[in-house]
Amino acid sequence: MKRIYPIEDFCIACRHCELMCQLEHSPSRDLIQLFKGTSSSSLKRIFVLQKGPVSLALNCRHCDEPLCAYACVAGALTKDPATGIVNFNQDKCIGCWTCIVACPYGVIVRNPGTGRITKCDLCPGRDVPACVEACPNGALALAEA
Amino acid sequence: MTRYVIVGNSAGGIGAAETIRATDPDGHVTILSDESYPAYSRPAISEFLAGERTFGERMLFRDADFYKRLRIECMLGTRVARVHTKERAVELSDGRRVPYDRLLLATGGTPIIPRMEGLTLRGVHPFTTMDHAKSFHEALSSGKNRVVVIGAGLIGCSLVNGLLHRGGIQITLVELKDRVLSTMVDTHASSLVEKRLSKMGVSVRTGRSATRILPRPDDATSVGGVMLDNGELVSCDVVGMAVGVTPRAELAREADIRCNRGILVDAHMETSARGVFACGDVAEAQDFIYGVPRVTAIWPTAYMGGRVAGANMAGATTRYDGCTAMNAFSYFDMALISAGMFDPDPALGYPVVAREKPDAYKKLVIRDHKLIGFVMAGEIEQSGVLFNLLREQTDVRSFEGRLADWDFSMASLPRDLRGAWIGGPGYAAPTEKQPVAGPVAEKVSP
Ligand SMILES: Cc1cc2nc3c(=O)[nH]c(=O)nc-3n(C[C@H](O)[C@H](O)[C@H](O)COP(=O)(O)OP(=O)(O)OC[C@H]3O[C@@H](n4cnc5c(N)ncnc54)[C@H](O)[C@@H]3O)c2cc1C
Ligand code: SF4
Ligand code: SF4
Repeated sequence: MKRIYPIEDFCIACRHCELMCQLEHSPSRDLIQLFKGTSSSSLKRIFVLQKGPVSLALNCRHCDEPLCAYACVAGALTKDPATGIVNFNQDKCIGCWTCIVACPYGVIVRNPGTGRITKCDLCPGRDVPACVEACPNGALALAEA
Repeated sequence: MTRYVIVGNSAGGIGAAETIRATDPDGHVTILSDESYPAYSRPAISEFLAGERTFGERMLFRDADFYKRLRIECMLGTRVARVHTKERAVELSDGRRVPYDRLLLATGGTPIIPRMEGLTLRGVHPFTTMDHAKSFHEALSSGKNRVVVIGAGLIGCSLVNGLLHRGGIQITLVELKDRVLSTMVDTHASSLVEKRLSKMGVSVRTGRSATRILPRPDDATSVGGVMLDNGELVSCDVVGMAVGVTPRAELAREADIRCNRGILVDAHMETSARGVFACGDVAEAQDFIYGVPRVTAIWPTAYMGGRVAGANMAGATTRYDGCTAMNAFSYFDMALISAGMFDPDPALGYPVVAREKPDAYKKLVIRDHKLIGFVMAGEIEQSGVLFNLLREQTDVRSFEGRLADWDFSMASLPRDLRGAWIGGPGYAAPTEKQPVAGPVAEKVSP
């Protein structure tokens, strides 16, 4: 499957990917409303991580062995065998955070608005995910690897 | 055609069934369960009690047509009474026999009920199954609103949390140990939970045990109160028994399968009887941090152990590199994580780093430059990165000083290690800018 890969040498931590991810997942998809609003569904699902000179934007790897899904106590995380996408079903989630300790990459977050989690869904309906399209530096690659 | 029989229709049983089906498309898979529901999320019974969800699709661990889709014969309300290892068959409580080529015992645990007077009074309930949650719900429906919960482990806290969310209930939590959640977190994190409980109006009695359950003055058949060992009488209408669970290993014991506290299994999750496997709360698998077999009674261990058992039952040799605790806790508006050996005996002399700030706590335990345990409270989002270092027993020498940073993340790892985890074009070849340092982690399958 195609995954989003960080190219850390090109990342300057401008956080444009985070913003566009948040916008893509906001109900209005309007930047001004997003800025003013507090809608809990519009949390970012990609994270610019920084330490000293290092910066990279990381989101869900949609792992072949999805430890989050193996750990989920509610069956809320499942890997779609056809697309390879690790999907999240908010209705089932009980907000126990077991998947957070199971995910090796730290790319699942708590959603304070819902008491559930939020993670990358690879932007359903889009050929190129919003973050990849947004990066002005080519620091995110959509690749079969 | 191989006949697979699985006893237990929960985390372990489903993990195995899914892997068997993925490995052997033709085998005949039977799941037997003495509960009457399709596999559901046991931890979700707390939300059921709270009135936050009804029993239905939302509580089911897999979708409605799961058994049909995977061609699994699921016999609900069916108890296995005996295992005949020589004849390779299980005997049901009604005397029928089901033959097997490969058998999995994923029978979980039974609630421990400490012996005391008054256990048979109306209003005494354990809290580990959907039926328990329903009984609890009924007991509280007739205006009864004073509950004593005995035991402040994960299940006791889950029960208290459900009651708090239900609202209008006066709760007393009794714990024999000197602190709550003593097997799941360290002393400091326990004190954080206790503070939270008091704030939420729960009366906590640590270092106390219940000695007797007393009847109501006006109704000798119903619960009226609980007597504690210091002579205190706590009046109540309902008693929640949450002292813990013990492995439901009788089937194995009676069949002379080797058991300790739980059923002993090897790296393939196979028991001492050929063709008989075990996983989950009933099994004692190797803990790779403690280096000894231990019962790790949590959902992920059961499911992942089930996956390894299932693969081996279907003939793919998959090794289980062992498990260790990975606890997550999200009750009383608190987020807590603990893993591995988070509270080592000080005599062992393992270096411990602990840090605290107003809304967060972080503690790490290191042995031979490898992370062997940690506790996190408040800020938990990056706990998975630490757990992966622990799981893979990565040598952390070159970045040990960073582990305790509040902003520790994948960016804190040496580049080659990060590249090995993430992969892709960005890490195809190391660049000159960043010298390669630190060991490369070996991939360990779950
Ligand atoms: C209230 C509560 C909250 C919890 N919260 C969490 C949490 O937040 N995170 C976490 O990781 N874990 C949690 N747990 C623990 C978790 O639910 C267990 O670790 C997990 O369910 C173990 O799965 P298992 O498949 O080994 O066994 P079980 O889930 O116990 O299932 C075993 C099944 O086998 C059946 N069975 C047993 N013997 C027979 C027989 N002879 N014949 C037929 N059927 C039989 C039983 O009836 C049962 O249905 C919680 C548990 C409880 C009770
Ligand atoms: S959330 Fe984490 S463990 Fe789950 S698929 Fe994504 S990267 Fe993998
Ligand atoms: S927080 Fe939700 S998705 Fe994560 S393990 Fe718990 S129930 Fe599953």
